[in-house]
Amino acid sequence: MAIQLTHFSAALVFALVASIVFGITHRDTARDMFRYGLYCFVMFVGGVIVAGWAMWLVRR
Amino acid sequence: MANSTSARINPNPAAKSAPASSIMAVLAPAVGWFIPGAGHLIQRRWIRGLLLLVSISSLFVLGLLMQGHIYKANGGDILDILGFVGDLGAGGLYIATLAMNAGQGAIAFAIADYGTKFMIVAGLLNFIAVADAYHIAIGKKQ
Repeated sequence: MAIQLTHFSAALVFALVASIVFGITHRDTARDMFRYGLYCFVMFVGGVIVAGWAMWLVRR
Repeated sequence: MANSTSARINPNPAAKSAPASSIMAVLAPAVGWFIPGAGHLIQRRWIRGLLLLVSISSLFVLGLLMQGHIYKANGGDILDILGFVGDLGAGGLYIATLAMNAGQGAIAFAIADYGTKFMIVAGLLNFIAVADAYHIAIGKKQ
């Protein structure tokens, strides 16, 4: 069995998992964990979108 | 005499908890390395442990299903050595993958390369989770 993810969905999965682990391991309280995890997720996905547009601009 | 009797009946709780803490400081990282999140689970951090277990295992299995390559112990290229170190962090998942002889294909397309990175990152994230379990065991973190 093999699966085919798109580049963007692979980036989303990566961002989600890394954000969960970072949130749990880098903060002490449940509220801070959730907030930091959310922050990491937004930064990961935002970075992907910014990098994507930057590559589009470079290519033109 | 009275002091020694009372000491036997009511041992110092701090002295009693110290060996338990030191045992947990070894056990939690070891178990957490072998099964992602288990280091938290044996310390009764149920939700954190389950989230780590599901997250890290999912990333590793997804990497495998994306036909990612798994690195074996090697003394060659530095990137291969680093890949092995990252994969090794996944503990039991890595050992089970090697035992099943999975993840041995060549990295032929982009998604397979992503899968390879997924498995390496799953191992590296598990190293962070192991360190967190150790910090909980020694009382540095709740």
